[in-house]
Amino acid sequence: MFLIKIIIRNAFRHKLRSILTVIGVAIAILAFGLLRTLVGLWYLGVEQSSATRLVTRNAISLVFSLPISYRDRIRQVSGVKLVSWGNWFGGVYIEEKNFFANFAVDPKTYLELYPEFVLLPQAKDAFLHDRKGAVCGRKLAAKYGWKVGDTITLRGTIFPGQWEFVLRGIYRGAQKSTDETQFFFHWDYLNETLKKAAPRRADQAGFYMIGVTNPDLAAEVSQSVDGLFKNSLAETLTETEKAFQMSFVSMTEAIMIAIQVVSYVVIVIIMVVAANTMAMTARERIAEYATLKALGFGAWHIAGIVCGESVAISLFGGVLGVVLTFPAAHWIETELSQFFPVFSVSALTIYFDLLAALAVGLVAAVFPVWRGSTIRIAEGLRRIG
Amino acid sequence: MANGKPPIVEITNLAKSYRRGSQIIPVLQDITLDIAEGEFLALMGPSGSGKSTLLNLIAGIDKADSGRIAIGGVDITALGEAELAAWRAANVGFIFQFYNLMPVLTAFENVELPLLLTPLSRKERQEHVEMALGLVNLSDRMDHYPSQLSGGQQQRVAIARAVVTDPTILVADEPTGDLDRVSAEEILTLMDRLVHEFGKTIVMVTHDPRAAEKAHTTKHLEKGVLTA
Ligand SMILES: Nc1ncnc2c1ncn2[C@@H]1O[C@H](COP(=O)(O)OP(=O)(O)OP(=O)(O)O)[C@@H](O)[C@H]1O
Ligand SMILES: [Mg+2]
Repeated sequence: MFLIKIIIRNAFRHKLRSILTVIGVAIAILAFGLLRTLVGLWYLGVEQSSATRLVTRNAISLVFSLPISYRDRIRQVSGVKLVSWGNWFGGVYIEEKNFFANFAVDPKTYLELYPEFVLLPQAKDAFLHDRKGAVCGRKLAAKYGWKVGDTITLRGTIFPGQWEFVLRGIYRGAQKSTDETQFFFHWDYLNETLKKAAPRRADQAGFYMIGVTNPDLAAEVSQSVDGLFKNSLAETLTETEKAFQMSFVSMTEAIMIAIQVVSYVVIVIIMVVAANTMAMTARERIAEYATLKALGFGAWHIAGIVCGESVAISLFGGVLGVVLTFPAAHWIETELSQFFPVFSVSALTIYFDLLAALAVGLVAAVFPVWRGSTIRIAEGLRRIG
Repeated sequence: MANGKPPIVEITNLAKSYRRGSQIIPVLQDITLDIAEGEFLALMGPSGSGKSTLLNLIAGIDKADSGRIAIGGVDITALGEAELAAWRAANVGFIFQFYNLMPVLTAFENVELPLLLTPLSRKERQEHVEMALGLVNLSDRMDHYPSQLSGGQQQRVAIARAVVTDPTILVADEPTGDLDRVSAEEILTLMDRLVHEFGKTIVMVTHDPRAAEKAHTTKHLEKGVLTA
């Protein structure tokens, strides 16, 4: 009780110093939490991509497409339940900076393969029946204020021209982590337009999505599909959606590891800063610690007072940092949704935040605790005056 | 003995030196001294003669090189660190030149501090603290922080803290060294009362001849040796 009283009053003795330390820890914990959330979400995204979906693409590179005639041959491979196909459209909405993923897909099969994109039955119906219809995720619609029935014009970058679509539905993610920022429309619309404008580019699919009857068949089906087109003009590479994403992001993974390292560096820096502050504080109070010892208090009491103050300040900063994480995450989710469609802070991250704050407090206390508890009384008392 | 009572402090052949690099600086040499119970002893001597060092040894906050100090029959030179701490808590009351109060604690809480190491209940502690603060005439300042008190008042709080556990001896290192004459006079009168009314034993280091006058006995240290 008495220890707590002294700890709390000591913590408020140098208001400015304590406040600055609290702010420093809060910012460090905020950064730590956001960086870890970022990394966690990235791995989660890779994790969650379905293992029952395969992606077939041109073996040479993603930028080359595949003949649409492959579709029927893939369908005949045993273990294949469903085939969908599409093209990365790469359209720009008004300005280059308004980036979001947009695809031309075969609507019926695509929606069937992606049950996590949840559409109301009437919206789905309207979309399927309108050749110029399009569907987008809830977040994307919210960002640009689109409503069902709106006409949306995208400027083609890969496929030149102004492309008009009518928004027929807005999908919701089945899970919180489902990407709600995609935009997709009828592949037929793209293909028929190309037939007129650039016939040589028509009847090509950028990728095929394959739904397999059983996830265990994924490897087998991949081999069969790729075997089918071996030695043809356009050889294929089939892999699970997860592997596909990984190949996409193998470079990103290096960045993720770097971000993880940075998140720890942030904590180490604040540890050093807090340790310096605590050492300074303890040095000023050496005579008080010596007095307490003279009165008969033990090294453990001194250690408790010093360590308690350090941990109290750090944890206070930590809690503040955690509290700030939520509005910050919300801001990222709304303002930077093209990069981070979902940015939800997990309970585990909060737990790590508080653990990191505790670690900062403990590490910062090590030197002052050692000084305070081993100081020789006669020596410490000389510091007075 | 000055007052005919048996010695409560018995110091025999005490020596202490400091090492500065390869150099050994003797600070106290072969000190032998008895202090009777109820004695008010003043230790005087030039600066650097070893007064504070001797006082610290008597109070059990420093270690001698050789020799023996027995207080109330306990040989404190034989005690370990933890035993010594417990012994100090029960037997020594400290009065410092700069009061050494905890700035974050009120007068009441400062006086209560040494009682926290005793098995007394909260209620009993409160009674003791109020009594001690009453003794130094600061009952109306219990909730004040040290920064809200004058030097003399702070020293009175420190005296209350020193006597609240009813220790065997009180040690005071220049208790009036930082005070004006009037406050110093108050403190000395208070210490005098502690000896006469409550039978306390006080060892006081001082430069101040007026302070020494209040004491029963004065001993002089000269370069680490007791002269008279
Ligand atoms: N930790 C230490 N290391 C080295 N020398 C020390 C140490 N502490 C004290 N001394 C020396 O011991 C001697 C006696 O010191 P002490 O503090 O006992 O003197 P004092 O009589 O109380 O002096 P003053 O009247 O100035 O307070 C001095 O010469 C001092 O420099
Ligand atoms: Mg001295």
